[in-house]
Amino acid sequence: MPPENPPKTLYQKIWDAHVVRETPAQPAILYIDRHLVHEGTSPQAFAGLRAEGRTVRRPDLTFAVMDHSVPTTDRTLPIIDQDAKLQFEALEKNCRESGVRLFDMHSKQQGIVHIIGPELGITQPGQTLVCGDSHTSTHGAFGTLAFGIGTSEVEHVLATQCLVQSRSKTLHILVHGKRPRGITAKDLILAIIGKIGISGGTGHVAEYGGEAIRSLSMDGRMTVCNMSIEGGARAGMVAPDETTFAYLEGRAFVPRGKSFQEAVQRWKLLKTDDGAKFDMTVELQAEQIAPQVTWGTNPGMVTGVTDRVPDPGSFRDLNDQKATERALHYMGLKAGTPIVDIPVDRVFIGSCTNSRIDDLRAAAHLVAGKHVARSIKQALIVPGSRGIKAQAEKEGLDKIFRDAGFEWRDAGCSMCIGMNADVLPPHERSASTSNRNFEGRQGRDSRTHLVSPVMAAAAAIAGHFVDVRSLDVSTIE
Amino acid sequence: MQPFSTHTGKVMPLDRVNVDTDQMVPKQFLKALTRDGFGRILFYDWRYLPGEKPNPSFVLNFPRYQGASVLLARANFGCGSSREHAPWGVKDYGFRVIIAPSYADIFYNNCFKNGILPAELSEEQIEELFQRTEKEEGYSLSVDLPAQTISDNHGLIYKFEIVPSRKEVLLKGLDDIGTTLQHEPDITAYEKNHAASATMFDAVDVKYYTP
Repeated sequence: MPPENPPKTLYQKIWDAHVVRETPAQPAILYIDRHLVHEGTSPQAFAGLRAEGRTVRRPDLTFAVMDHSVPTTDRTLPIIDQDAKLQFEALEKNCRESGVRLFDMHSKQQGIVHIIGPELGITQPGQTLVCGDSHTSTHGAFGTLAFGIGTSEVEHVLATQCLVQSRSKTLHILVHGKRPRGITAKDLILAIIGKIGISGGTGHVAEYGGEAIRSLSMDGRMTVCNMSIEGGARAGMVAPDETTFAYLEGRAFVPRGKSFQEAVQRWKLLKTDDGAKFDMTVELQAEQIAPQVTWGTNPGMVTGVTDRVPDPGSFRDLNDQKATERALHYMGLKAGTPIVDIPVDRVFIGSCTNSRIDDLRAAAHLVAGKHVARSIKQALIVPGSRGIKAQAEKEGLDKIFRDAGFEWRDAGCSMCIGMNADVLPPHERSASTSNRNFEGRQGRDSRTHLVSPVMAAAAAIAGHFVDVRSLDVSTIE
Repeated sequence: MQPFSTHTGKVMPLDRVNVDTDQMVPKQFLKALTRDGFGRILFYDWRYLPGEKPNPSFVLNFPRYQGASVLLARANFGCGSSREHAPWGVKDYGFRVIIAPSYADIFYNNCFKNGILPAELSEEQIEELFQRTEKEEGYSLSVDLPAQTISDNHGLIYKFEIVPSRKEVLLKGLDDIGTTLQHEPDITAYEKNHAASATMFDAVDVKYYTP
């Protein structure tokens, strides 16, 4: 009798299906099914190709978009930032010369690279997908092995459609139970990072499971997978299911009709086998998770909205004590301050973490008929893509936001990274739905608090953080 | 790529955990078209006061650490963004070696593409090196990649681990792409056998598609 196939994790299945060549004690050559490119990390890669006389092997599997530095204001106006303009022009030229499809800033399909990949159905289950951007982990929500790479690797994929990779360890993250009202996908992932720390997943590919994850929409699953990298895991995945298939059906690059049915049959095999072993397992209970707010300068410095800013002395490790002290100094916070007493200057709802239609609906529902607090200097809504923007406008969400005192912008990375004009000024404090609260992330000396879209919306109305669970709002999903 | 075998140089200590790549090269410098010149702006916000005046309280500006080529760091060095501008900056500034207890995955990987050795030692060994660097002005370390050792002039020798294939890449200064392209027939064969994943399915003309 032949030996039975050992049970495999989802990650192992996708890996095995993409090995072009593997020799003992050497990293494998792994095939890359989809390559996404943006203006920020690609010019040097194309220049490198050119210098070596190489060409793009599979322009048909490569997609480019302008997102990092694009203005979110009127795009018919000339681009003022000359460096950004040169990068846009370089991307245009590189795509034209190599035959790569480009969604430029005037395209109807333009948006943040990790938003439009899934939205257009470029991202599909079981694929390998890479991009020169660490939040490529987002696409793992489809049961896709997706991870960020550096520019040298971008060049490598352009030239060979492959990457040289070693197998990662596997990390199973289970969130059991039912998500309580007001607890969003963002709260789940921030709580996970709070538990494992920002390097807890280093060297691992995460797979998320448990009732609280499985019951999330695709938008929610993308939020969770997006921030895998903030927990150190280069990739994070959710096994595809009916929710996934329903999302994908009919999207631009997804097979149709009989081909779609065949694809679904293949995709249904993409799950971790019973008895497959993970290198590490982490478990949380959804019922115990409160709305999360970061207080420090990395996403692991996070706590529940009902808690207080921690005391550096409460940490055992000396390095953690020093880091906390430094973070509180940077953030202009005093230990012991209740989170709900922290005032906010600006609110940003956007980024590849939280700018999808579910996020905008939830935030709009919360602010409908109310108005941004007088102390708020700016409240920005930046849809993740022009597709989402159009959908939101069809539903009248733009009007709700405008009436409530929010600015309704065009799609892009915007204030998450502040490469365009959307910058958080020095010493100002934001409630932001983005993914990183690093020093200077949203602007030099700016102070970022990461929260969910409903928490950001509530902070805009109140002028400080509030526990959304205390609000009389029927749906704060 | 410039090969790496052995290196001796002055040590600069960066006594912070979780140094992210946003700190090494802030966003405003990501609009470049080349890989050059990032040394001048390495650790920009920490290193310069507004108006680009050197911040005298940041370690990189201490006179005693000028000319350093070994960067001594703490755990989870290089976390966050995948920007390769970070190792470009590290290299362009003049660092050839980083020594830390641990690194974030993408940064670690990017170092090898740029001829930088990211060596790993235990927390205790790193602590010892921080103390020695603090105590002795001009403290320097010798790094021997073939022997996998880090040593000083006072008899300290630490052995470090590195995956053999990674070591080879640095020692030979290998061009990854060239190596992969030697297996081009394997790639072509894979594409033939896996048409489902290696083919783009264009269901509709995307120009007329509204998501």
